[in-house]
Amino acid sequence: MKDWRYWLAEQRGTLLALGIFIVMFVIYTSNHPAGFTANVVQTAANKGVLLAFVAMAQTLVVITAGIDLSVGMIFLLTNCLASWLVVGTPMQTTLGVIAVLAVGLLCGALNGAIVIYGRLQPIVATIATGAVYYGIGLLLRPFPGGSVNEDLADALTGRVFGVVPASIVVLLAIVLVIWVPFSRSVLGRAAYAAGSSETAAYMSGVPIRRGKFAAYTLAGLLAAIGGLFLTFFTYTGEAAYASGNSYTLFSIAAVVLGGVSLFGGKGSAIGAIFGALAFRTIGDLLFVFDFDPLWQPLFQGVILLVAVSLGAFALFRVRNRLEWFL
Amino acid sequence: MSETTLGGIAGRMPRFIRRADPAVLTAFACIVLLLFLGSLYSRSFLSPEYLLQQLKVASFLGVIATGMMLVILLGQIDLSVPWAVAAGAMMACAAAAYGPVGVALAIPFGILCGMLIGVVNGIGVAYLRIPSMIITLATNAVAQGLMVVYTGGFSPQDSATGAMRYLATGFAIPGVPNAVIIWALIGAAMVFVLTRTSFGRTVYGIGNRERAAYLSGIDTRRVVMIAFAVSGGLSAFGGVLLAGYASKAAQSMGDAYLLPSIAAVVLGGTSILGGRGSYLGTVAGVILITLLQSILSVMQMPEAGRQIIYGVVIVAMLLLYGRAPASR
Repeated sequence: MKDWRYWLAEQRGTLLALGIFIVMFVIYTSNHPAGFTANVVQTAANKGVLLAFVAMAQTLVVITAGIDLSVGMIFLLTNCLASWLVVGTPMQTTLGVIAVLAVGLLCGALNGAIVIYGRLQPIVATIATGAVYYGIGLLLRPFPGGSVNEDLADALTGRVFGVVPASIVVLLAIVLVIWVPFSRSVLGRAAYAAGSSETAAYMSGVPIRRGKFAAYTLAGLLAAIGGLFLTFFTYTGEAAYASGNSYTLFSIAAVVLGGVSLFGGKGSAIGAIFGALAFRTIGDLLFVFDFDPLWQPLFQGVILLVAVSLGAFALFRVRNRLEWFL
Repeated sequence: MSETTLGGIAGRMPRFIRRADPAVLTAFACIVLLLFLGSLYSRSFLSPEYLLQQLKVASFLGVIATGMMLVILLGQIDLSVPWAVAAGAMMACAAAAYGPVGVALAIPFGILCGMLIGVVNGIGVAYLRIPSMIITLATNAVAQGLMVVYTGGFSPQDSATGAMRYLATGFAIPGVPNAVIIWALIGAAMVFVLTRTSFGRTVYGIGNRERAAYLSGIDTRRVVMIAFAVSGGLSAFGGVLLAGYASKAAQSMGDAYLLPSIAAVVLGGTSILGGRGSYLGTVAGVILITLLQSILSVMQMPEAGRQIIYGVVIVAMLLLYGRAPASR
C-alpha cells in the first residue's frame, strides 16, 4: 500500500468531520439572510471556537481511553476567574491571563493525579472534581458580572486584516503550539498507546502514567483557554451550571463527530475541532431556517443521538459475535 | 422455637460481621461519625423527628439510586437520570390535567415515560454497543429537548395529584412516612431480585465478564436492556415522588440527583466497573449522602461551599476504599 493510503486511512475520521462541516457551513451561509460575508463568518467562528477548545481538551483525555466530565466546569471556573483577573494595564492583563491558564493547568493536573495516581475511575472522579470546580466558580461569581480588558478582548474576537476571524487564528496557533508538539512527542505517543492497550504499552516500557498525566493536564489548559475566550466574548463571568454541563456534553458530541474513538487510542484533536465547528453550525441551522428557538435543545439532542448511533455501523464489520462483548 | 432462631441469629452474627464488605462498614462508620458531628453542632440532630425527616428525604434518592445501582452492577452507567426524573414528574403532572382517568393513570404514565427513556438507553447499550456513558448523555439531551418543547419554555403550572402527594408525604402507618415505606418495598424487591433470581445473578455475571456470561448461554443483551429500562422507570418514579413532595414538577428538579445517586452507589462499595456490590451498601451510601447534605444545609453553607465539600468528600472517600487494584 502506498504511503498516502495509510495516511488517508488514519485521517478518515478527521476528513469526514471536515466534510460534514463544509457541507453544513455551505448550507448555513447560503441560507443566511446576510450571505457569505466576513461578519457572518466572524460570528460563526467566535461561537465555534469556544466549543472547539473544550472539544480539544476532551479529545486529549478520550485518547487515553478516559473521559473528563469536568471540562465544562473548568471552562466555567476559568471564565469566572478571568472576569476578575484579566483587567487593567497590559502588564496586569498578561499576568491575569497567565494566572487563569495556570489555574486551568492545575485543575487538569488534579484530575490526572486523582485518576492516575489515585486509581479512581475517570467518570466518577471527574464528576466529583467538576462539582468542586463549579463550587469555586460560584464562589468567585455568585452573580454574573465582572469585566475584562476590552482592548485585548476586541482584538482576539475581531478580524485580522479585516477578513480572517482572529479567533480562528488563535485556534490555529494553539493547535500548532500545543497539539502538534504533544502528539509527536513521546508523551503524546504514550497517551495514544495507553488508550489503545494499556497492558501492551506498559509491557513495551512506554511511560503511560506520564503520558496520561500530560493529557489530563493539557486538557485543563485547553479548557482554560476556552474559558478565557468565553470571557472575551461576553465581557463577564458567570457560573451557570447548565452552561457548564452542556459544554461537557457538546464536547463529547464534537469528539464523536470528529472521529475520535471513545474506546481510546484513535483520533486527533484536529478532527474534534471540525466536529465542534460542525456541531455548532448544525445547531445554528435552525435559526437560518426560522424555527422556534424552543426546538433547539431537542434538535441538538437528536443530532447527538444520531451521531453516537453512527458508531454502531462498526457492528456490521464484526466477524465473530464475541467481539460484541469487549 | 423462638430460642433456636435467636440462637441461630446470634451464632451467625460474628460471621456476618466478618463477612461484611469493608466498604459497607466504612460507610456505616461515616454515618455514625456524621451523626456524632451533627449532634455536637445541634442538640436536635439526634431527635427521632429529625432522623425520620432525613430518612424521608433520603428515600427519594434511595429510589433513584436503586436503579442506578442495577446499571452500575452491569459495569455501565446511567447519566440520563436528571431528565428521566424531570420527565417522570412532568409527564405525571401533565397526565393529571386530563380528567379523572388522567389523574388515575398519572403515576403509571410518568413511570412509563421514564422506562421509555431507559429502553432507548438499553437498545443503544445492549444492541448497538454504544458506550453507556455516551448514549445516556444523548438520551438525556433528547429528553431535555422534548420537555423544553412540551412546556414551551415555561415552568409547567400543572400540580401534583393527590395520590402523588399522599405517596410522598402521607402516613399510611402512623409515624412512618409513606416515602420510607416505598423505599423499603423497592429495596426489598431489589434485594430479592439480586440475590434470589437468575436475573439478579446474571446481572452480577455480566458485570464481571459479559463475554463469559454470553458464552454460558445467557441472553446478556436482553438483561442489559431490562436493567436500563428499570433504571429509567425508577428514576421517573423518584421524580413522581419528588413532584408529590414539592406539590409540583419543575424543569431542573432532576439535576441535583445525578451526582448523588452515583456517589451513593459507589460510596456503598459497589464497584464502578460492575459485578460487585450489595444493596446494603447502597442504603448506607444514600443515608450518608443525605446526612452530609443535611448537615451542610443546617450549617447554612452557601451553595458554592456545599458543592466543593461535596466533591471533596466523595473523592476522599473513594480514595479511602474505592480504588482500582494496582495494575500488574
